[in-house]
Amino acid sequence: MRTARRIAGIVASVVLVLWGAATLSFLAFRVLPGDPVSVMLGPQAQVGEAVKERIRADLGLDRPLLDQYLGYLGGLLRGDLGTSYQLRLPVSEVIGRQLGATVQLTALALLLAVLLAVAGAVLARGHGARGAVAVVELIVLSSPVFWIGLLLLSVFAFGLGWFPVSGSRDPMSLVLPAVTLSLPVAALLGQVLREGVEAAERQPFALTVRARGAGHARLTLRHTLRHGAAGTMTLAAYLVGSLLGGAVLVETVFARPGLGRVTLAAITDRDLPVVTGVILLSALVFVVVSTMAELLGPLVDPRLRTASGRRVPPARLEGQR
Amino acid sequence: MSSAERTGRGALTALAASVLLVVIVAALFPWLLSGTDPLQTDVRQALLPPSAEHWFGTDQSGRDVYARVVHGAGRSLGIGVLATGLALVTGMLLGTASGVAPRLLDTAAMRANDVLLAFPEFFLALVVVALLGPGPVNVAIGVTLAAAPVYVRLARVQTQVLRRAEHVEAARILGVPPVRAFVRHVAPGVLGSLSVLATIGLGTSVLAAAGLSFLGLGPAEPAPEWGLMLAGGRNVLGQAWWISLFPGLAITATVLAASFLGRILRARVEGRTL
Repeated sequence: MRTARRIAGIVASVVLVLWGAATLSFLAFRVLPGDPVSVMLGPQAQVGEAVKERIRADLGLDRPLLDQYLGYLGGLLRGDLGTSYQLRLPVSEVIGRQLGATVQLTALALLLAVLLAVAGAVLARGHGARGAVAVVELIVLSSPVFWIGLLLLSVFAFGLGWFPVSGSRDPMSLVLPAVTLSLPVAALLGQVLREGVEAAERQPFALTVRARGAGHARLTLRHTLRHGAAGTMTLAAYLVGSLLGGAVLVETVFARPGLGRVTLAAITDRDLPVVTGVILLSALVFVVVSTMAELLGPLVDPRLRTASGRRVPPARLEGQR
Repeated sequence: MSSAERTGRGALTALAASVLLVVIVAALFPWLLSGTDPLQTDVRQALLPPSAEHWFGTDQSGRDVYARVVHGAGRSLGIGVLATGLALVTGMLLGTASGVAPRLLDTAAMRANDVLLAFPEFFLALVVVALLGPGPVNVAIGVTLAAAPVYVRLARVQTQVLRRAEHVEAARILGVPPVRAFVRHVAPGVLGSLSVLATIGLGTSVLAAAGLSFLGLGPAEPAPEWGLMLAGGRNVLGQAWWISLFPGLAITATVLAASFLGRILRARVEGRTL
């Protein structure tokens, strides 16, 4: 019974977030000034008002607002995101074609970020080492991610010639973009993780574990890291946002094809159906990831499990920005 | 804290303050730091490496990179500073309103705010610019809206705390009208907390604005702007690393200095060491 209610709750929140994102982007495009048809044709187009009217009718932009909204929602329910103004292709195809490259990039970046953050939390022991890690994290978080990319590209691709300068065929071409995208995420994860680990080390149970004869490695890997990880998981939404936003910048720096490039082109060309599609996709990824983090939390951090099986929400994180 | 650490922290604070001072001078009076015209092109002088004549080298049109970094400070930081100020005002209005609003409205507003708060500023700003379209004004709006949720949250919490504070209770008992009590006794306290947060938030907003400019969504060429300069440097990275180095260094130094001073200020206000 409880499980059924929980699943219903999850489904409801997924639907609510997607509906919110869809409605918001619909409203933004219809309410804001600027005629989509003129934008679509470009400033140089020599097109009469009659032709514009016909295009408007073709796109259904001349129908009443409520009519358009219901048609749009109905399309979304059928999985129809509309047709790109610029590419004259279904939006799902435009996004689908480029999705693979970005998923590869972000997945590798996320993996690297987690490895770096955990390494920083486990390996840095003592006042000096932790201070040094904290300084590096602060510098990374204060640097524009695209500039980090330019520096890496300049040194390792143009300077040392270890990696290709651009392109996406060669698997080696994925390394520098993934490292670039992972660094800010790693720095942020590392900050939160270290804070959690240090707080757990001050708890009486840490002393008990040490008194039982466990070494530092065992204490960290088996106990305190898991406490730190719970806070990290509530960062899930933040990570999704920073990976998607970062992908736009990183793909531009490294001239890689992908969702980021498609998004940027759609923003510049005012290709509204594609922009809407990307926003809906981000909203979907956001709800899926945060729901997963919520479900996985109790598995990682023993403090979130209770006798009744109800979840205790972790305290909201301080200093996550 | 040991005395060596205190000296070290003092030195760092002085360094951060001088970096910010130089940046502010560059933003307000760029001609004091560089007499060269940042828009002056000279094809024969294109892509020269750093030298005594051109400290930071020249770009593909032969423009002096040092002059462009100095003259770009105002435009590069302007959007971030403006957005931080506007976000503070937005936070003040919405946050205090939510803090005194009926419970249901307050809860609904805070839930929505929490969702926005979960995302990084750059992502939110990008979504807003995607909806509004490119351009410097829309970039400023995007960065403002992206930064605002933190201020809204803090303003609302502070309002609720201060409303129940003893001096406000006392004012009410003495018969001070609620609006006057709010303006005289609650609002200044909230504004103080928000100002401290703004020093820390400034860096994030500057980074978000630089990112959007780098993508070509903000100011247009040939305006000297750090993000835009980096985008131009990308095309000639193999031949001229200096175009891509110095504007980025300027962004990082500014953001680092601002957030370091902000943290010290916050620690001071909260009465604890860092």
